[in-house]
Order: sequence, then structure tokens, then C-alpha cells
Amino acid sequence: MSTLHTEEMTLNMGPQHPSTHGVLRFVIRADGEVMREAIPDVGYLHRSIEKIAEKVGYHGFMPYTDRVDYVCAMFTNQGWGMACEKLAKIEVPRRGEYCRVIAAEFNRIASHLLAVGTMGMDIGAFTPFVHALREREMINDLIEELCGARLTFNYMRIGGVAWDLPPGWREKALAYLDHFDPILDEFNSLISFNKIFVERLANIGVIPAEEAINYNLVGPNLRGSGVKWDIRKDLPYSVYPDFDFDVPIGQGQWGVVGDSMDRYMVRILEMKESVKILCQALTRIPSGPVLAKVVRNFKPPAGECQIRVESARGDMGWYVVSDGTGYPWRVHVRTGSFAAMGLIQKLSRGLMIADLVALIASLDVIAPEIDR
Amino acid sequence: MEPLKIYERVKERFGERVLEIADKKPDPFCVIDPKSIVEVCQFLHDDPETSIDALSNESGVDYEDRIEVVYHLFSYRHRHTAVLKVKLPRENPSVATLENIWKSANWMEREIFDLVGVNFEGHSDLRRILMPEDWEGHPLRKDFVEPLEYHGISTVRESPIIRLDAGKK
Amino acid sequence: MQQLIEYVIASGMLGKNPPYQIVAAVVVLLASAFVVLVVALPFAGIVTWVERRVWARIQSRIGPNRVGPQGFLQWLADGIKLICKEDIVPTDADPHLFKLAPYLVMLAWILPWAVMPFSSALILADLNVGILYMTAVTAVTVVGILMAGWSSNDKWSLIGGIRSAAQIISYEIPAGLSIFPVVMMTGTLSMERIIKAQGWTPQHWFLFANPFCFIAAGILFVSALAEGNRTPFDLPEAESELVAGFATEYSGMRYSLFFMAEWGNLFIIGAIIATLFLGGWQAPRVSADPVVMNILQLIVFNAKVLFLVFLSMWIRGTLPRIRIDQLVTVCWKYLVPIAFANLIGTAVWVALWPEGNSVMGYLMVALGAALVVLFMRRVIYYLRRARMELYFRPNI
Repeated sequence: MSTLHTEEMTLNMGPQHPSTHGVLRFVIRADGEVMREAIPDVGYLHRSIEKIAEKVGYHGFMPYTDRVDYVCAMFTNQGWGMACEKLAKIEVPRRGEYCRVIAAEFNRIASHLLAVGTMGMDIGAFTPFVHALREREMINDLIEELCGARLTFNYMRIGGVAWDLPPGWREKALAYLDHFDPILDEFNSLISFNKIFVERLANIGVIPAEEAINYNLVGPNLRGSGVKWDIRKDLPYSVYPDFDFDVPIGQGQWGVVGDSMDRYMVRILEMKESVKILCQALTRIPSGPVLAKVVRNFKPPAGECQIRVESARGDMGWYVVSDGTGYPWRVHVRTGSFAAMGLIQKLSRGLMIADLVALIASLDVIAPEIDR
Repeated sequence: MEPLKIYERVKERFGERVLEIADKKPDPFCVIDPKSIVEVCQFLHDDPETSIDALSNESGVDYEDRIEVVYHLFSYRHRHTAVLKVKLPRENPSVATLENIWKSANWMEREIFDLVGVNFEGHSDLRRILMPEDWEGHPLRKDFVEPLEYHGISTVRESPIIRLDAGKK
Repeated sequence: MQQLIEYVIASGMLGKNPPYQIVAAVVVLLASAFVVLVVALPFAGIVTWVERRVWARIQSRIGPNRVGPQGFLQWLADGIKLICKEDIVPTDADPHLFKLAPYLVMLAWILPWAVMPFSSALILADLNVGILYMTAVTAVTVVGILMAGWSSNDKWSLIGGIRSAAQIISYEIPAGLSIFPVVMMTGTLSMERIIKAQGWTPQHWFLFANPFCFIAAGILFVSALAEGNRTPFDLPEAESELVAGFATEYSGMRYSLFFMAEWGNLFIIGAIIATLFLGGWQAPRVSADPVVMNILQLIVFNAKVLFLVFLSMWIRGTLPRIRIDQLVTVCWKYLVPIAFANLIGTAVWVALWPEGNSVMGYLMVALGAALVVLFMRRVIYYLRRARMELYFRPNI
């Protein structure tokens, strides 16, 4: 009888897979069920969006920004708009800013619903996924009435937003928010405190706060590690100083601070905060124009700027270099998922394969954000 | 602290290794000698007045005569940003890695290596990240010419309008 | 079965003195074929439809409703589609093991139908080791699943197969141990006699006979779910990780054999628990005519089994899946000691009250009713709160 091979297995969690969030590939070196390391291999969704920006010009790049992160496209739109406005010193009218905030916060709720839903599905609970998507469908319907698209919105323009709120939309949005708030509680009671769910997520993928900052983890991932940091509160932009909302952080109630359960709960609580912001914005929205006058052949003065927007996945940094012509010289987007993927290789040591799926879901990694 | 004050502080400490402090709008930046970027960043990381704990963004930009690596640094404690730049020649651009100070530099430098072609000395795992491993060329350079085929798959196709026109005749 | 054979011989259809053994063998074979073809296989198909509708309603969707009335023919359509699919055997897979594995798993599912007590006269073979036989043959699934995982020549299938084997083998122990309290109380392993030892009212069921049996029923249900690879124990076929686990490389009818076995296993689980703990086919004595009584008993048995099947589907739609090490921990650190404690407790009980204790019966029924009422109150509360329509369209 030949000797038993007991070396480690090399598995390929390939680019097509029912669980990974987008087209991601992991090369897993596993000793049975326990992983030695999971090496991520990204680039399957690289569409050279940054190079395209150099060819299509400032106005023309706005639809491309949707595709940088198609789940929360409003934030990418807002980031690009804000970067161009900072370069050319354009001021967005107040109603335009309110419309931006309303659209962005709705998108944040939709993105978080998708995140917690797919997290439930990866853990094995199929029902919360469908319930979360049911709510997300209603938000998609609302935004479809606002800007015509359900996923890649292209709603914002340099200098404001493209269209004003349609008549009657405010009432529908407020009715939806009334309906949505108790649904969050129902969702919580359904899955968040379920013993099996907590066992699967608590103490998995613990990221201490210093490590999170060192690896440049942002957004709900950073807040789940206990760092109270939110660009909307700490480096405020747009009209966020007008609103009164809280920033939830992970408190380690079921395990160590910074585990997957904390990141999950931060997302649930953030949805509640978004509902608060939306109610305030929808009731206080001023009247006026929504789009500043911006010339068609937009040529910002030469210079460079960096903008940070608090997207659903964290702080998205836009670095734009302009050379005075109508086409940007360089655009660089640094997204939250990029940093999170960089951390997975280190976090995955010693986890089981089933935990890797839960970890990726809790970090809310989206492939187009990584690869652009 | 204002960014300009941070740059003044760095200049006090490092003298002529700080090549230029540019007070541009909207973001002022500071150009550092490539050989001393690691010391400068280590100083910024350790100094309690600046205490830069995160490398928020690192980009490679290809100008016609040089390649620049732009570092956007950020401090969670003091809430200030600093922008450092390093200017490299276009042939064999090379600079030391910042991976040992901020781990986030690991993947960002891989991306710059992949797309712009800057070699980072001392990097633990410098290989292509977004493009396939056997790709040749650095796509985000201004003089990058796309190869006509990749592994036998052609990367160009004739415009569909021409084909439709041809069919009509 | 005995009665049927004697009826056939006595009716004189086959001549004066037919050879008993041959007639018996033929009658038994025909009856088994009938049970498998008309009861077991269509059940496996129809339960997929039931599961999809139940699952969809739990998820606030509708489920299949196009093919046939209320989507009832969906399983036929799926079956036809799966038969027409290309039969792929991977090049590097071991072809003989690969093809044999689904048949073994089907075998493990079909064999227990031989001792299924549908009613007092309708049982194919009243073995006097009926329960032991059922437990033993359902363990053949392990061989089939391991074969499938190994012969697919695919590391992910292998992981799925090994996980499943570990799971099924581990959970055999608590399942077996939970059968013993009932066996001790009746002193027999035969399905018929266990059912006859119970009555048709709840206080005479073994579920409520003593608290140890109550807990044993719970452990048996959980272990049977684990043996059947059902959520929350469906890690071997966890969709998000392993596509379909050990059955990843299978396509077409071979794939459907695996999953028919899984859904059909629900009936076996339900039948075991209904027989042992819920009184089997015991029904009120409404008439002296045996045919009417048998039909009533058939309905009662099927109602109990189908309720348990519905319970499995309900649990599937509600709970997430647990990880393999947590699964094994639950089995060996919690269920096995509790099952052993049950065993000892029941032994003490049987020693103290050999004839049973009706006071405890009524007490346990009251406790069970209280638990059900508490649970139903919560369910009704949530049903009342979920009063919104299925689809809230702000546009229209």
C-alpha cells in the first residue's frame, strides 16, 4: 500500500461560485477543513475604468462611475461630482445637495439590505435574503421613479443632480420609510439573534482597531472594530451637518469587538440611522434649482484634488488630476473593498472553509469595487 | 494641523530632502526625495504632533517626463491630511516600499506596479494584481499600446457599423 | 401481509393447492413494487412541490404556480427535464463507483418502506426487528455518499462527501439511543407491536408517557434531520460553499436520484417518529368493519407523517446552517450524554412503573399543550403584524 498523502490540499474557490460576492477567486491551502491560508486573486472584473476617464471627459465619465460599484452607485456619482466641483470651485444649490443626500441614503439602505441578505444566504438562512430583497425592490421602485434606473443610476451631474423630485415622490418615500422601520425590527427578530447565526459569526475574523486602521479598512468594517469614524460626521461634506444622526460602532456583545457579528450589527444599525436622516431630509428639503450652471465643455483649472465620500462600503477616495483640458489626466478611485481584500489573506489563517465565506460576507466585499 | 504646517515640520526635520512644498489649490502637496520617503513617513507616523495612522490613498500618475507616486496620508487622531509626492524618472522608476509602516500599502503598491510600472524595493510580494500574470506592459502609462492579441484572442475587431454597411451592399 | 397472502390463496384464483412459498413471494414482490412505484417515488416527487410552495410562502414569495393547477405538475416537468439532460461522467472520475453511488443512496431510502406500518393490515413485512432494520438500512447512505464524493475526482466533492459521512455516522448514535426508551417500555423492536402498545389519544402516546421519552423524541427528530442532510445540518450540500457538495459532478437523472432520496427520506423520518412516539396508525374505533378502520388508520398515519414532513420544511426555511465542527460538537458533547441520561432515566421509570403511569401521561399532555399554545401565540402575533400585501408598489 502506498503511503497516505497527508500534505495540505490546494483548493480553488474559483471565479464562478455561488457565494463569493462577484467574481473573486481564492487559492485555498487547506489542511482538511482548516485553512492555512486563502490567497485572493482579483482582477477578473478589471474594466480599466480609470483609463476610460482619460478618454471620455468629465461629463461623460458620470455613467462609468456607476459601474465602479454598482450596488451603491449614488455614492460613486456623488464622489465624482464632488471631485469635479472641488477642482472647478462650483457650488451646488441647496436643493441639489438635499436631493443628493436623499438619493444617497436610500442607496445606502438598499446596499446594506443586500449585504445583510447575502450574508444570511451564505450562512444558510435563505429566508432573510428574500425578505431583504423584497424591501430593496421597493427602494428600487422609488428610485426608478426618481431617475429612471434601478441599479446604475447616473442621477447626479457635476454641479447637482439631473432631475428634481417628481411630484408626489416625497409622500411615497415617507410612506415607504414608515413601512420600513418596523420591518428592520422584524428582520432583527428573525435572524440577528438566532443562536446558530450568532455561533457562525461571533469570534470569526476578529480585526482589532489598530490593525483595521493600519490596513486602511473603512466604513462599517472599521466601525465594527470599535473605531467611531464616519466621514459624514467627522469630515462633513454636502449638507450632512444639518442632520442629526448617530454613528453605530461594534461593541462586541456576542464575542470580541471586531468580529463578524459586530460588522453585521453595524450595518443593521446604520440602516436605522439612514432612515432618520431620510425623514429629516425629506421634510426639510428647501425649494430652488437642483443643478448649478456648468458649461458643456467643462475644463476645470489644472490641479489635483482628493475627495472622500462615505459610501455604503466605506470611505471612497477619489483622486483627480486635471491638466486644464476637457479630459482628466488621471483618476484614481480607492475603494473600501480593496483594502478589505488585502486583509483577507492574513485573517484567513486558521479559519475553516465555511468561515471564509462568512468572513467575505461580513466584510461586504464587492468585486467591481476592487477591480474597477 | 494644516497641511502646510505638516510640511513645514517635515522640512524642519529633514532639510533639503524635502524638494518642494507646493501651495497649490485645492490640495497643497509636498515633494520628497525618493530615497528618503521611508524615513519621512516613519517620522510622520511616529511623531505625536502629526501621528499619521493611515495611508489613505496611493496613486501612480504618469506625466510625460516623469512618473509620480502620490501618497495621501491621514490621521484619525488629529483629523488632518497630508499629501506627499515622489517624482521618479520614466525609465526604471523605483522607490522603497511603505509596507512596513502601513500595511495598506501592500496592495496599493501592487496595483501601481501593475498599472504604471513602478518597482517598489523591499515589497514582500510584488506581482501583478489586476492584470493577468503574463501580461506585458503597464496599461496606465500614456504611451501604452494595447497588444493586438492576447493568447490568440484578438483584442481588436472591426467596427460593427462597417460590417453592417458591408452587408447592405 | 399475512392476511393478504391467505386471502389470495383462499380465494381460489390460483387453483386448489398452490405452493405457499411461491405465492407468498410473488404477492410480496408485487406489493413491494406497488409501494415503491405508487407510493414512494411519487411521494418523493410531490414533496418537492410541497417544499417549494411552503418554502416560498415562508419567504414571502409564491413558489411554482404555472405548471398545472397551483404548479402541481412542476415536479413532473422537472423530472422530465432531468431525464432529458446529458449524462456527464467526468473523464477522470472512476466510472463504476460514480454510477453506482446514486443507486446505493436510493437503496438506502427505498429499503425502509418494507417495514412501513401504514395501517394495521397494510405492512409489507412485520419484522420483529423492524426499528433496528430501519435504522440499519438508512445508514447505507454513508457508503453511497462517500462513493459519490470520492469517485467524482473533485476536491470539493470529496470535502462534501467526508463532511456528510462524518455527520451521518455521528448522528446515528443519538438516533439509536433515542429509540431505546420506547423499546425498553414495550420490550419489542417490532413496529406493529410498538404501535399496538400505544392508544389513539395523546395521553397514551409514548411521546407523553414520561419526560424522558419527550426529550428522546426531540433528540430523535434532530438526529434524523442530521442524517437526512437537512438544514440546519445541510453542510454537505451547502450551496454557498460547495455548489452541491458530493453531488456537484452529477447531472441529469443521477443528480435527481440523490435529491429524491433526500426528500423521500423526510417520509422515513416522519414515519419513524410517528410510529415510536406519536401512536402510529392508532385511530378511534368508529366501526367494526376492518376496511373502514384500515382506511381511517391510513389517513391518521399519513396525517402524522405529513405534519412532521411539514415541520422539517418549516425548519429548513427558518434556520441557518451550522458549521461542521459545531455540528460534531453538538452531537458528541450534548446529544449523546443527554441520550444516555434518557436511557438510564427510562430504565428507572420502567422498573418503577412497568405498566405505565397514566397520571404522568395527562401531566405531559398538559405540558405539551401549554408549549404548543405558547408557540402558537407567538406565531399568531407575528402573522398579525405581517399584514402588509405581498408587493407594495409605490409607483402605481
